[in-house]
Amino acid sequence: MSILKFRYNPKNELEPGGRSAAPVQQDESEPERTCPNCRKSTPVSRLWANQNVCPCGHHFRLGARQRIGLLADRDSFREMDAALQSCDPLRFSGYEAKLESARLSSGEAEAVLCGTAAIQGQPCCLFVMEPGFMMGSMGTAVGEKLTRLFEYALTHRLPVVGCTVSGGARMQEGLLSLMQMAKVSGAVRRHSDAGLFYLVLLTDPTTGGVTASFAMEGDIILAEPGATVGFAGARVIEQTTRKALPKGFQTAEFLLEHGFADAIVPRSVHRETIGYLLALHGEGGSQ
Amino acid sequence: MSISAYDRVKTARDNKRPTGLDFIHGLFTDFLELHGDRRFGDDPAVVGGVARLEGRPVTVIAIERGHGTKDRVARGFGSPNPEGYRKALRLMRQAEKFHRPVVCLIDTAGACCGIGAEERGQGQAIAENLTAMMGLNTPIVSILIGEGGSGGALALAVADRVWMLENAVYSVISPEGCASILWKDAKKADEAAKNLKLTARDALTLSVVERMIGEADLGQPPFYARLRAMLSRELTVLSEQDALLSQRYEWFRRIGTAEQEGNRDT
Ligand SMILES: [Zn+2]
Repeated sequence: MSILKFRYNPKNELEPGGRSAAPVQQDESEPERTCPNCRKSTPVSRLWANQNVCPCGHHFRLGARQRIGLLADRDSFREMDAALQSCDPLRFSGYEAKLESARLSSGEAEAVLCGTAAIQGQPCCLFVMEPGFMMGSMGTAVGEKLTRLFEYALTHRLPVVGCTVSGGARMQEGLLSLMQMAKVSGAVRRHSDAGLFYLVLLTDPTTGGVTASFAMEGDIILAEPGATVGFAGARVIEQTTRKALPKGFQTAEFLLEHGFADAIVPRSVHRETIGYLLALHGEGGSQ
Repeated sequence: MSISAYDRVKTARDNKRPTGLDFIHGLFTDFLELHGDRRFGDDPAVVGGVARLEGRPVTVIAIERGHGTKDRVARGFGSPNPEGYRKALRLMRQAEKFHRPVVCLIDTAGACCGIGAEERGQGQAIAENLTAMMGLNTPIVSILIGEGGSGGALALAVADRVWMLENAVYSVISPEGCASILWKDAKKADEAAKNLKLTARDALTLSVVERMIGEADLGQPPFYARLRAMLSRELTVLSEQDALLSQRYEWFRRIGTAEQEGNRDT
């Protein structure tokens, strides 16, 4: 069975919300994944039944559609601007081929999926970044999709839930990528000024220009356990400072300790937690 | 043109080039430096304060690389820490309260890459400046005077007017960083600089900056006089504008709307 087919046709069909519908069956021949944390290998179907979390608690990365499947109510996701994708505005050497291969390998047009959805019955705008597409990097199309999503949410008075995973601004679109940080931040600001709720879920990894913009602009910032979140790359910091990095540097736990995340939430309760927060903010106080 | 993009990068980084403080003294009178972010400390890489521009009260914020080795080290080579961005934001909010326009002078290789910077939320500090400046209800003019390194430069460049000196550069990543990530070879920085479209002329062509400022007489009194007159005129125009914030939003909103396929598929 090809990896791709397996991805779209898991043995243990997942219900939205990620609970396994059938008891897990072990299959000798099925592929396994080795956990970078505990070094143990687990059959892929068993990982799937556990929302791609190792029994030790290590959270493997999720593709954007997989994450939407876990978060959104069944069939509630309506994708917006699905065909919008970056060209090669700067004619940057090798970029066109890179885009082509990113599209082929991820099966997505761009590094973020945007749309409307319901989470535990709560309507919202939802964006989820795609690690399989140039590690979720932000070029003009990602910036434009996110801006349109926040503008749509403002018009329709909807909250926004965003799952970030990104290496930062996409260097092949140069300054135009950098400006997307300002553009999206402007849209976030307008949405916020209208009294609307924006929840961020930081996932592994969230770095660079995305950390320095919309990933840190939520009213509430949640993080997945163990996720790497930071501005500068750890290697760059090590080379610049010539110092050993402290243990657990730039992890979700590090962020929590230093006051830059509201809570660390394991994947098994993302849906409940986010659903609760959406409901709470939807109720309003004294209007 | 025989000057390559990477030549411009080297010019922008030249130690003899006037720094933020030189610009402050060249452009303004009665500058009084105001220190500290009121939260953690005072970042010497960011110099801010109040001054007069042809008599008009203004708030000035500059990134300062320093002169000479000792000064440069003390100023973190002009790479601000989170407290630098937070000091800038504090002074900008003060300017808003007292209806003073803000002038930012930008010259940085990028925000500081350090352990402390991460501990104190470098990403959050920059992000907060972006959203705050988008809604800051007073005119802002940002001028890239040397190096405009990525988010660390943008954190002071969400403005009503973004200008750039002829030999300044503005880039999402340093050409060396870009070359080593893409081609595993920092020596290809020349090639990366060309690809990144980081010169003032490129930024003008991409409509990311509004004006390019000639620098044949850089650092000379006539240069500052010209720039001072330009600034003064612009601040007058901006102070009379009533849709300031929506125009600022639209300036950034339109960047990167035409570069995609499948635009408006709904
Ligand atoms: Zn494990």
